Formats: sequence, structure tokens, C-alpha cells
Amino acid sequence: MTALLTIEEVSKSFGPVVALRDVTMSIDEAEAVGLIGDNGAGKSTLVKILSGVYAPSSGRLRLDGRTVEFHSPLDARRSGIEMIYQDLALCNDLDVSANIFLGRERRHRYGFLSLLDRVGMATETARILDELGIAIAPDREVGSLSGGERQMIAVARALQFQPRLLLMDEPTAALSAEKIRVLLGLVDGLKSRGVSVLLISHRFTDILHVCDRIVVVRQGAVVGEIQPHAQPPEHTMALMHGLMTGDRPTSA
Amino acid sequence: MSQDYTGPTMVPTPAAVAPGPRARLIAVMGRRPGGVNPGLLAALVVLFIGLSIFSPYFFAPTNLLNIGRAMAIVGIASVGETIVIISGGFDLSVGSVMAASGMISAYLVGAGMPLPVAFSTSILVGIGVGLLNGAIVGYARINPLIATLATLSIVRGLSYVLSGGQEIVVDNETWVNFGTDTFLSIPYIVIVLLATFLVAGLAMPRTLFGRYAYAIGSSARAARLAGVAVNRWRLAFYVVCGGLAALAGLVAVARIGYAQPSAGAGIELDVITAVILGGTSLSGGRGTILGTLIGLALIGVINNGLTLVGVPAYWQLVVKGSILLAAVLYDELRRSRHDET
Repeated sequence: MTALLTIEEVSKSFGPVVALRDVTMSIDEAEAVGLIGDNGAGKSTLVKILSGVYAPSSGRLRLDGRTVEFHSPLDARRSGIEMIYQDLALCNDLDVSANIFLGRERRHRYGFLSLLDRVGMATETARILDELGIAIAPDREVGSLSGGERQMIAVARALQFQPRLLLMDEPTAALSAEKIRVLLGLVDGLKSRGVSVLLISHRFTDILHVCDRIVVVRQGAVVGEIQPHAQPPEHTMALMHGLMTGDRPTSA
Repeated sequence: MSQDYTGPTMVPTPAAVAPGPRARLIAVMGRRPGGVNPGLLAALVVLFIGLSIFSPYFFAPTNLLNIGRAMAIVGIASVGETIVIISGGFDLSVGSVMAASGMISAYLVGAGMPLPVAFSTSILVGIGVGLLNGAIVGYARINPLIATLATLSIVRGLSYVLSGGQEIVVDNETWVNFGTDTFLSIPYIVIVLLATFLVAGLAMPRTLFGRYAYAIGSSARAARLAGVAVNRWRLAFYVVCGGLAALAGLVAVARIGYAQPSAGAGIELDVITAVILGGTSLSGGRGTILGTLIGLALIGVINNGLTLVGVPAYWQLVVKGSILLAAVLYDELRRSRHDET
């Protein structure tokens, strides 16, 4: 497999505080990578760099081998990196269709009048959800859906931007029961469409079986990498809490 | 692990939902979140029947049109307020804008300006106050209650300054007659009231303006992340509210024949009561223009009914305040129930 995104020796400081130190890792095409670490380990900072919120203090990002610089979240979106926030950033009072098309509504023009093409958007939403195998009616109010269903809507929405990499921040936060199954289904579906996924979590048990690889960060640095199906969980816990030094990843 | 997976997948399944006739109908009819509360409608019907039995004067065309006339000023302003509250905002300055609008037009007409010039100036001032409100709330991130409380005071003060605190008598017959004349026995001001509701009621579910009012009120952050220019749209919502308040001010002058700097003082209580009673959520994202119309009708009928059955005017304030409290408590109850599901 070829590397989609490479993070090379990325550091980020906020004044005297070093949030990230020489982070190097890569994400392959159609790969699901987990990023775990305790609160304050530097996960959010790294994700914000990938989604264009922060610029790295040093180091670079490569997409398809080419160096890229993101000056805003819009830059990251244009490069095919889409972010799903922990709270999913949906409008709960609007229906599914309105959420899927939020910010890029279809309209009919009648002279100076411009009216929403509600039938068109509802039909297209039904088609999108159908294609993804999501059995939710387009006119359902998003606030009435379960956590897993809302996450599917957030993913369906993100997919409309044709992303190559989907960043999911604490994807299990919105899920209650059956959470791993729902997430597993979603991530498998994304991979089969050729989309790479980076799942950020502070609870590795939640994403253990969902990821092909899990990268462990601690105190702003990558301290190890885990093949979830090969290593016992104790190893991961130890990595997270610094009881073992762990091996540096070799993918750089 | 993935072999025994039986939960939802993203692989196409025949169970997926196609847009049925119901979804199509809803898309066409425009069901909006927080539709009309059936309890409210029932209360209105019960009041209608009760008052018709209690008072022989209530269910007469003249009295019903009087209710419409009495509620026109509050009603026109409540349409703008509904839009602002749906978008997660609040506007306390509507009463002051009414007074300023009436004073400015009365002053200009008195100085010999033609009516269209005077009215346009008033509406522009209303739009200007709306821009100011929207900018303070959106760009300066000041709480809308405080922001519009400040503009309430500023605009009210300027209305007094304009005439040294005096009222201005309007001798323009076109303007004053507009307050009493009828078309097919329907008062012009009731026609203006209904037209305002009709345009806003049709526009909210069908335009980007309405869609973004709901979206921003529901989650301003989600809207911003989706690329919606949230602060610019906020300006638009407050501008419409300010412009409609100015229109209501012109109607108020037409009704009584003179402009007062104290006009519309405390009217925000009635305006906000109509909106909240109509089912618009104080936390934004939910509400309808039709709901506000029903809320307005309820207040109008209660005011009228209390007068007909001889309740002193002072008590009407107590009753109105209690109704507002009940409506807000109901909204809170409904919201907490909604959150639990």
C-alpha cells in the first residue's frame, strides 16, 4: 500500500509549552489508523494541524508525497481531509436532508426569487443514504436519532466532500451500546470506498478492533505503534503510561 | 471479529429507505421543527367558544376586526422577533425602534417631506438599528439580551431628543386615514399584518434565509463549520426585525394620529409573549411563523375578552405576565424531555 499522508518530524509549541515533539507517522490509502494517548498527550494538537486549524512550528505534511501547507480548515478540506468532531457538529433541530446539504443547499431560481429545492435535496439524500446502506428517512429530525445514527449522518455528510482521509475525534463519545459494532461497520464501509480513517481516542479498548494500526502518543511524542490483532492490550496500556519505552515507528 | 458483525453497515442493503410519498409531501409542505402546538390551538378555540357564550359582543365581526387592529402593531413586530429568536438571538429594542420610526416620519412629514421619503427614512433607521444589533451580537459576541437592552435605551433616548420629549401631531390625511380606512371592510392595518405573516410564513421554510435561521439557532458552530457565514446572516435576521419594528411604528402612528417618543414602551413584553406562546424555543432552532400568529391571536383574544368581561386594565398586565411565564415553563419542560430521548 502507498502512503496517503505522511507526517514528518512535526513539532508544535505554544510559547514555552511544547505540545508536539518531532512526530513522524503515516497513514496509508484505505487504512484505519488509531491515535491514542491520555488527555494532554498531544492528540488534539496533531489533529488540529491535520485539519488546518494550526500550522506546525516545524516539520511538514506530505500528501501523495508532495509537501502540503494548510492555512485554514478549508485548505485541508480542499486537499481531501475531512474532520468529524466529537460532538458531530450537526444541527439537531433540522432534518437529515437539511444537515447533509447544510452550507451548499440546492436552489431553484425564479427571477430574483431563489427558493430551496427541498424535494431535490430530500431525493438526493435518500439516494446517498441508500448507497451507504443507512436506513434513515431524509425527513427525520436529527435530534431524534440515536448516537450511532447521528454518527452515520455525520459520516454521510463528510463523504459528500469526497474526502480521502476522514479524521474522527473521539468517535465513540456519541455512541452508547453496540458502539464498537457501529463504528466497525462505518470504518469498514469507508475503507471499502478507499477512504482512509484516523480515529482519535483516549480509550484504546473502544477502537482496538476497528483499527489496522494504533499509534500511541505520550507527552507530545509518538512512543510506539501497535498491531491490535498481534499484541496483548497490556502492552498498549504500558505504552500509554510510559511504563515501557516502546519502539519508535519505522514507517518514517 | 468482523465476520460475526451484525450491526449497521455501509454496504447497500435492500432495507434502505427511498423517499416515500410522505417524505415528498413533507418536503413540499415544509414541515418545520417545532410545529404548531395543538394545546395552544385548543386553548384558542376554548377561549373563543367561552367568550362567545359569556359576552354577546365578542363573536361579532366588528369586535374580531378590532382584535386584529389592536394586535397589528405587536403582530408585525412579532414576525421579526420570531425570526431572530429562531436564529438563537433576542431583540428587546423593537419598542424603541417603533417610537423612533414614528417620530422620524412625523417630523419629516411635518417639515414638508413627501410620505414615501419619510417612510423610507424610518424603515432605513430600523434597518440601521438592526445592523447595529446584529453586529454587536455577531461580531462583538455580546449577549443579545444586553446588546439590545443597550440599543433599546439609546434609541428610546434619541426619540425623546428629536422633539425635546414632545409628541408630534400628524396632519397628513393619507397616513392617518390609513389607520382607520378599510378595504372590503377589512382595515388596511389588518391587511398589512396578515401580509407580513404570509410573506414570512412562506419564506421561512423555503428560502436560504429561513433555513440558516433554523440552522444557526440550532447550532451556530455546526453552521459555521459547514461554511455558513454565520455573522453575516445574523445581521440579516436583526435587520429584518428592525425593519419590521419600524413598519409597526408607522402603523402605530396611523392608528392614533400622532407620534410619541414613549410609543411602544414595554411592547416587547407582548411581542416576546406572542413568539414564545407560539412555540418558538428561547434556545433557538425551533419555531414557526404560524405558531406566532396563533400566539398573537391568543393574546389578542385574552386582552379583548378580559375587557369585555370587565376585568380592570391593570389586571391584564398580571394575566399577560403569567401567560408568558407559563409558556416559558412549558418550553423548558418540553426541551428537557426532548434532551432525554
